[in-house]
Amino acid sequence: MAVSVSQHAPASPAPERGEKVMRFVRQNRIEVAITVIFAILYAIFLIGAPEVYTQFGIYRSFMSTMPYIGVMALAATFVVTLGEVDLSFPSVMGVSAWVFGASFVATGSYPLAVVLALAVGAACGLLNGLLIARVGVPSIVATIGTMFFWRGFVNVLAEGRGMALVDLRGSAWHSVLVGRLPGGIPMQFVWFILLALLFMAIYRRHVFGSHVLFVGDNEESAHMMGIKVMRVKVICFTLLGLMSGLAAIFLVSEVTYFWPTTGDGFLLPALAAVFIGGTPVFGGRGSMYGTVIGVLIIGSLEAGVVAMGIEGFYTQLIYGLLITIAVTVYAVIMRRK
Amino acid sequence: MNQNTSQQTPIVELRDIHKSFGRVHVLRGVDMEVGRGEIVALVGDNGAGKSTLIKVITGVHKPSGGSLLINGEAVDLQSVQDARRRGIETVYQERALADQQALWRNIFAGRELTNWLGFMNIREQKREADRLLRTRMGFTSRAITVDSEVQGLSGGEKQGIAIARALHFEAELIILDEPTMGLSLKETDKVLDFARGIRDAGKSVILIDHNILHVHAVADRFVVLDRGRVAGSFRKEQLSRDQLIEMMVELHHTGQLHVA
Ligand SMILES: Nc1ncnc2c1ncn2[C@@H]1O[C@H](COP(=O)(O)OP(=O)(O)O)[C@@H](O)[C@H]1O
Ligand SMILES: [Mg+2]
Repeated sequence: MAVSVSQHAPASPAPERGEKVMRFVRQNRIEVAITVIFAILYAIFLIGAPEVYTQFGIYRSFMSTMPYIGVMALAATFVVTLGEVDLSFPSVMGVSAWVFGASFVATGSYPLAVVLALAVGAACGLLNGLLIARVGVPSIVATIGTMFFWRGFVNVLAEGRGMALVDLRGSAWHSVLVGRLPGGIPMQFVWFILLALLFMAIYRRHVFGSHVLFVGDNEESAHMMGIKVMRVKVICFTLLGLMSGLAAIFLVSEVTYFWPTTGDGFLLPALAAVFIGGTPVFGGRGSMYGTVIGVLIIGSLEAGVVAMGIEGFYTQLIYGLLITIAVTVYAVIMRRK
Repeated sequence: MNQNTSQQTPIVELRDIHKSFGRVHVLRGVDMEVGRGEIVALVGDNGAGKSTLIKVITGVHKPSGGSLLINGEAVDLQSVQDARRRGIETVYQERALADQQALWRNIFAGRELTNWLGFMNIREQKREADRLLRTRMGFTSRAITVDSEVQGLSGGEKQGIAIARALHFEAELIILDEPTMGLSLKETDKVLDFARGIRDAGKSVILIDHNILHVHAVADRFVVLDRGRVAGSFRKEQLSRDQLIEMMVELHHTGQLHVA
């Protein structure tokens, strides 16, 4: 292994097909594992409650509720890949939901309400990012602070009251965002799938995704290589804020009602989707595809468990079991390589 | 890179460089130059100012006084990236690579080949990385490919990848700060071979290494730094290994440099 500057570069030996498949599995072992877990879970559902799972109705219901945690889990995957965490995004979703509702009531303009909700969500995320990347507050501490602050803020703004927004239904924007396609497929699910494809491409093929992986892996080496570490972090948190705004828009548009508690209860399912999907808390690696499957699993779990005739409060137990199994499988396959 | 670069113009020239941190005067008027295709070893006791000096050259620290010339042109480096754009690259042992990422990502980190939307040309990056591994590094086994993660490599291989990467991006001067620290004997030999390879490719090296044997084995010239000043500069022909060692010991004890 000496340095030589010979001109002729022998090309890599072309691998055979079987070897190619093995290499693909080895390089994508997280993705393969999560797909298998998903298949097994659905096999259990289909055997346990065939009358429910062979009906399209249940999938329509999954597709309408899944995108709320889904879009946030996509952005949270970047934050977790940095080796950071954000606990405040459900509260940011609450703030955006209030801004969305209040600005629609005040102006009657759907697009203006959408833009304001997104802008406020992004601004809250930006604040997190600046606190963490610039000021240097550890992300778990910073976002505990902003989690309480924004939830309190919404309660103060809304004076603890809800807001009826039935007029949202009349707008064409409503149909575009959360309307139904033929067959009853909810538009928010279409948006979620489109965003999921975009996020997957960014995660593995875009320079931004590569930089997130580097910063999460080794901040100092990322800096030495000329990657703007601070900017990468700020963008990740801002993106999660933006997606929380989008989740708020979807949810409030779907139910045409605002509650001051909007977003509560989404923290753990969204993070669970990320962890089930194979993105570890240590940073520097992960899988956006895994998160998407994780969202499909988390999103169909509760209804699935209920449909199988098991009582609803077993859901948590099953969540816990699944997460534990998934992270154990990952720990094992990442250890022996 | 530059129009007026001739064989004679040194790549880097330092004139009366000073550097203070508050009241601590670390560099006290350093004059030094590095020519093309030579390995210059920077030697001196701990705290002599070696690391500070190379940080001035690589844009980490701004000098408090004096001037820095790159390819004969006086420059005021703003950042590490600025120095890199001018062909000066530092290879740090532990900080150079990200362990969990594939080699092809590491080789192109911060300098990805992208389209206008910022999506990477992964095929091209992998092809280039593969060529780099095979020609510069001589990795021909199937065990190490562009998709291998860095964490599977030995210390010497990591060092080699970092050096190959710097060469690939047309570095004119590669600075190796303690490149053999923590490496086995065999690995150390490989790294020293890499240093020779850089010179053979017509580029230059500044080498800092505590081990005088390593230094003497590869360097063309030794610059002795003592408490922020250049105490002496010697060509390899002027000084045998034993004389160099003796000189360093004496400098350490008496603070005086006696040339045998
Ligand atoms: N950022 C800094 N602030 C204050 N003093 C420094 C700084 N960097 C280096 N020094 C001091 O400068 C002196 C030379 O350090 P250094 O350049 O690391 O020496 P060497 O690499 O030769 O061992 C030491 O006394 C060190 O304490
Ligand atoms: Mg040093």
